[in-house]
Amino acid sequence: MSNTNQNELKTLAETRNHTITAPTLGGMQLFAQLVQQLGMSTKTNDKLDALVNYFTHADPKDKVWVIALFSGRRPRRTVNSTQLQTWCAELINLPLWLLEESYHTVGDLSETIALLVPERADTPATAGKPLHYYVEQFLQLEKADEQEKKTFILQSWDELTSKERFVFNKLLSSTFRVGVSQGLMVNALAKIVQLEPSVIAHRISGNWDPATTNFEELLSEQDISFDYSKPYPFYLAYAIEEEVSNLGEPAEWQAEWKWDGIRGQIIKRDNQLFVWSRGEDLITGKFPEFSALQAKLPDGVVIDGEILPYRDGQVLNFNVLQTRIGRKNVTKKNLQEAPAGLFAYDLLELGGQDIRHLSLSERRTALEILINDLQLPFIQLSPIVDFNSWDQLTQLREQARNINSEGLMLKRKSSAYLVGRKRGDWWKWKIDPLTIDAVMVYAQKGAGRRSNLYTDYTFAVKDGDKLVTFTKAYSGLTDKEFAQVDAFVKRNSIEKFGPVRTVKPELVFEIAFEGIAASNRHKSGVALRFPRISRWRTDKKPEEINTVEDLKKMLELYGK
Amino acid sequence: MAQVIEFTDKGLYCPAGQFYIDPWKPVDKAIITHAHSDHARPGNQYYLCHHDTKPMLQLRLGDHHYQSIGWNEPIYMNEVKVSLHPAGHIIGSSQVRVEYKGEVWVVSGDYKTEDDGISGAFEPVRCNTFITESTFGLPIYNWKPQETIYSDIRHWVHSNQLAGKTSVLIAYSLGKAQRVLNAVAEVTGNIFVHGAIWNTHQVLTQAGHVLPAVIRVTPELPKEVFKGNIVIAPPSADGTPWMKRFAPYSVGICSGWMQVRGHQRRRNADAGFALSDHADWKGLLETVKATGAEKVFVTHGFQSAFSRYLNEQGIAAGEVKTEFGAEEEEAVENPEKTDE
Repeated sequence: MSNTNQNELKTLAETRNHTITAPTLGGMQLFAQLVQQLGMSTKTNDKLDALVNYFTHADPKDKVWVIALFSGRRPRRTVNSTQLQTWCAELINLPLWLLEESYHTVGDLSETIALLVPERADTPATAGKPLHYYVEQFLQLEKADEQEKKTFILQSWDELTSKERFVFNKLLSSTFRVGVSQGLMVNALAKIVQLEPSVIAHRISGNWDPATTNFEELLSEQDISFDYSKPYPFYLAYAIEEEVSNLGEPAEWQAEWKWDGIRGQIIKRDNQLFVWSRGEDLITGKFPEFSALQAKLPDGVVIDGEILPYRDGQVLNFNVLQTRIGRKNVTKKNLQEAPAGLFAYDLLELGGQDIRHLSLSERRTALEILINDLQLPFIQLSPIVDFNSWDQLTQLREQARNINSEGLMLKRKSSAYLVGRKRGDWWKWKIDPLTIDAVMVYAQKGAGRRSNLYTDYTFAVKDGDKLVTFTKAYSGLTDKEFAQVDAFVKRNSIEKFGPVRTVKPELVFEIAFEGIAASNRHKSGVALRFPRISRWRTDKKPEEINTVEDLKKMLELYGK
Repeated sequence: MAQVIEFTDKGLYCPAGQFYIDPWKPVDKAIITHAHSDHARPGNQYYLCHHDTKPMLQLRLGDHHYQSIGWNEPIYMNEVKVSLHPAGHIIGSSQVRVEYKGEVWVVSGDYKTEDDGISGAFEPVRCNTFITESTFGLPIYNWKPQETIYSDIRHWVHSNQLAGKTSVLIAYSLGKAQRVLNAVAEVTGNIFVHGAIWNTHQVLTQAGHVLPAVIRVTPELPKEVFKGNIVIAPPSADGTPWMKRFAPYSVGICSGWMQVRGHQRRRNADAGFALSDHADWKGLLETVKATGAEKVFVTHGFQSAFSRYLNEQGIAAGEVKTEFGAEEEEAVENPEKTDE
């Protein structure tokens, strides 16, 4: 294109008063634009640019909320989805079933409502209230009665544009999930404040309240106040893809069992005890078992470890602990039935000093002294698996399932404790999952990228000449395979129950899972851990699938 | 008494006139609503369509026995009075009005109610029975006025230019591509098109339609010419190696499905523009009401939801299974040559 054309175009865009430059956008609009960009972009660099752009232009109060939201600090849900659906249906005068039908096609209630409520013709393009206004209103709503909630929400729907309404609903229903890792956000922040990413990561973790913290405080160059509860960012491992023998000398590596529990940090500072989960939830109150540590641990200590169901020196099936995780109050009965223990992996702070830069060997030595001194039966060192050769370790790994372990962790003895998921020094080496062949019997449309496609399936095994359902699985197929199964479902559905279609039992899949436990909630009597589709068995007929007896045998073997 | 139009395994059939409308299996006599491949299939002995549809059928289906008529020009087939009426979907697209012994049925084909300035303005046709599509028959599908969307597209092109990127717009080669072309021709003279769109463009301009000039993308063109400019390509080209020559580029998909984020994410589009050649929810409802039909049959799309809603509104409606489109996908085009 010629220069003249380009200039003309520029002028045209300007005269049309297009809002390309960010500062003219209202707070909520800027945030909606960020969410849109993050959601659509598939390239990390584009996401980074979008975040940097946002943090450069947004209202400082809004920025604090975005940091909070993207690091898992959502406002508490004050209305439920039934209320939202009912109010929306009422507002636009649609039958509830049609709203539900729309919801199952869109796959997201917030978006459905955003699309259904008509946009006001006179919605100003550049004005609008900031994000923090709405979030602060949400906090007020916690104490409001239903009528007050409804009034506020209907008024907000009316004054917001469709895109803003989407993020508003997401915040309101506390279902915000953005495709942004904490690491990416930290990197974006590091471009606009004069702090190292690791320092930012540490600052934004822990127990701070976005309602009372301002941006300068949170990310000031000097640490002005010290939050004693603050955990370190966890160091996470990738699954090893190559042969372990390529890792080099076995002597340079430490092997430990990989446990399937709740990764957590135990912090004792200022004479207070804090227990954090990897999801950055403060869960001190949920594990009264650990209160003994408050007296016994020296001050200025941070332990990284795994919280596991543990009794009489044995790790139990994770399913045991799951029964008490979701509860608000842990009862005595819970404590007896599902006692928790900690397997200590690492020591991050000692005597108030951050020791993450030391080598794993040095940290382990210090950890061993610390744990041995405690003499508490429910605080154990995560045992080291001794090995001289990779072949030997390969054999040892086979025993993992017998002790309720998921496999092995391989850590370079010279490694520092890094931030986030990193390759090179730490690897997880899981045992192969259990598998079973099953037939698909129900299908339901998915959400997000899979909206309007049948991607959520229920599977059954044979029980005599009948079929019995035993699990759902949502992942494991390629987009192309999902499209093929979707087409099959549309052609072969037998009945429609709301969003669910019963499907001719014809397609056979291999289902992989990490564990199995008895359950009275499922017809088959079992519950699987992490079920997913491992492959589509186009070579198998429905007559050739596994049986409920096969499942029971697995339960017998691995379901302790 | 037999219905004026029956639903058979070959397609919609008028026994009194002995013709089919958009049959999906070869028949003797076919009336074709428009030239998209799920409605206009090869192998029929005789085709009746609108004048503007005929050249497209010749391009896509080759030589056959074609007869073409204008809108509102009734002809008789046996004792059945047949006429075509603008459907506003793409160039030449028509609704088929079938009258037999005083009873009027209308087959909508695909239609949109907003006048795109190219396809002819949609006219609702009074009838006793209306057979309507329902591709976007859910209330989440409410289109913005096309001028707003065009302005969004131009705005997007502009930001791509600022970022030094080529704008690749994905649009169906017959219908959407011409609309998009008109919209972006306002801001630039150099518009490049994929071979499939070029072919359609040639046929349409030869038939007398006035369209902005385009440049065909050929292997001889040096890569530099695309920089900062606009390329229009059909969905079949999206994500293929053919696109590599435009790098760095940004992809914008123009389709009603882009209304929903998930669909946009699935297509990996950098931008989605909910620009459709189908009626949205309101358009469908208004049309059904405007026809005054006592009975409505709902075909391809969200048949069950739309017909249930009509019934609740006091309009007797039923679902009909057809083989138009995939249930919820846009018309699949003929496998078109990518020219290279």
